[in-house]
Amino acid sequence: MPSREAETPTSLVVTFPADRPLALDSGGAIAPLTVAYQTYGTLNAEKSNAVLVCHALTGDQHVANIHPVTGKPGWWGAMVGPGRPIDTDRFFVVCSNVVGGCLGSTGPASLDPATGRVYGLDLPVVTIRDMVRAQAMLVDHLGIDTLFCVVGGSMGGMQVLQWAASYPERVFAAMPIATAARHSSQNIAFHEVGRQAVMADPDWRGGRYIDAGTRPEKGLGVARMAAHVTYLSDQALHAKFGRKLQDRAAPTFTFDADFQVESYLRYQGRSFVERFDANSYLYMTRAMDYFDLAADTGGQLAGAFRGTKTRFCVASFTSDWLFPTSESRAVVHALNAGGASVSFVEIETDKGHDAFLLDVPDLITTSRGFIAAAARARGLPDGAGAEA
Amino acid sequence: MSGLDPTAQRRPARREEARNDLQLVADMVDHGARVLDLGCGDGALLSLLADTRSVDARGLELSQGGVNLCVARGLSVIQGDADTDLATYPDDAFDYVILSQTLQAVRRPKAVLENMLRIGRRAIVSFPNFGHWRVRLELGLRGRMPVTETLPISWHETPNIHFCTIRDFLDLAGDIGATIERGIVLDRHGRVMKEGAPARWNLFGQQAVFLLRR
Repeated sequence: MPSREAETPTSLVVTFPADRPLALDSGGAIAPLTVAYQTYGTLNAEKSNAVLVCHALTGDQHVANIHPVTGKPGWWGAMVGPGRPIDTDRFFVVCSNVVGGCLGSTGPASLDPATGRVYGLDLPVVTIRDMVRAQAMLVDHLGIDTLFCVVGGSMGGMQVLQWAASYPERVFAAMPIATAARHSSQNIAFHEVGRQAVMADPDWRGGRYIDAGTRPEKGLGVARMAAHVTYLSDQALHAKFGRKLQDRAAPTFTFDADFQVESYLRYQGRSFVERFDANSYLYMTRAMDYFDLAADTGGQLAGAFRGTKTRFCVASFTSDWLFPTSESRAVVHALNAGGASVSFVEIETDKGHDAFLLDVPDLITTSRGFIAAAARARGLPDGAGAEA
Repeated sequence: MSGLDPTAQRRPARREEARNDLQLVADMVDHGARVLDLGCGDGALLSLLADTRSVDARGLELSQGGVNLCVARGLSVIQGDADTDLATYPDDAFDYVILSQTLQAVRRPKAVLENMLRIGRRAIVSFPNFGHWRVRLELGLRGRMPVTETLPISWHETPNIHFCTIRDFLDLAGDIGATIERGIVLDRHGRVMKEGAPARWNLFGQQAVFLLRR
């Protein structure tokens, strides 16, 4: 149950006391602040081999271990692990649950010490920059000055860009994948559909469902179903399901899940609500909606990266229509204009936005090459099998 | 590239000669310089420059396959088009901007050259000479666009759309107010031709490399 992981996570935890509040973009603060995180590998004596992985909207800190709720492997096994591009034999990998999340970091399902009941919507709205500030507190807590690499896809990629803009001297290399420097109008629109689905569920109870002992499973499930379509592509859906029927030879002329694709989506909705908190979904989507990196520098994205020494590798996917290549290209142009060292690859795949989570060979070789070269530039010893 | 091959696109020709071509360009670059290679292919030149000249090497490459190879070998290369994407680079961002065996494939060579000298203090351009006597022979006597052993691709299939002769190139450089600092022209045997004889260059030169500044 999310509420249990929210309160007693199966993770490492650091709690910053009330006298060290997390100041928020909204003007408010969260105090005390709890950050739940996982680490893999060993921090070297110079503390120069730390990689911060930033998770996406519905991701969490369980990058490369069995998930405590679902029992499934971590969400980025293709990229993180022994001998993987982010080689845990070589790097010290950290991933924290973002603030506003529901896997142990302070979020709407956490207890509000001021009232003794769960925050619900009393938690101030958080932004991508707030998430990054909380991560910086964790990185400080771990005694790490400069991160060797900050990497993530989608909402995680937004955090990567924010890290590079907020703390350029603390980020040696950055890999924003399938992301954008601002959330598009279309994407805000999709998020609004999801939020309205959650809030339309009578079991949502104005956000007080945990107190009421209910769960807005229908609303959150519908939100997930709609969102899930945006993570795939027309080609991939067609290739996987076509118009095939589910366990039947002919249409039933009812509103049952006649089509395989319907059955698949219903399953996605059902399994999602097992592991995710509905209010947290509202907070995460809102944080992405508010993200607009250029707004901090007078609308000039290049200003966010001017003079940066960070090495960037930007990646997008041909069939990703949620974060299309044009968004990544805008980031690349801004980095170029700022004189940054930047690589950019658009990877050919029909897997849609979700491609960043999958074992896509071009993404793996690109990441391996970029990270290996950055490690050489950082003076890190070669790892066994580190070369592509 | 060896042979009169205006279709040359960094195809790995016979190895020594390909290396010779890249080496000529590399020899014009100062140690530790900031370099942008337009149409960097699989990154052979950038790797050579990074390894032997310790340059800060960046690249722009149209083909995704080329970009992936470059990034996988640790180079800073972005997928993009020299015809459209140079506008995003600031003035004076580089010491050298290189266009190696790519001039004949861009849509607007003049605009590309002007951009090169805006974002770089110097430009290095290498290209096959379409004024070579064998090309003239093909066109003049046979009356056809040259298709030979060394020019294997028909006019309608070749990606090269803007062939020029050495004389044409020097005119263009003059038009945009560029100064030629150095020119190296190779004959059909890959030998460096004597300087100061543009007419001979234009007739007997197969490959030309020019170093330009504003």
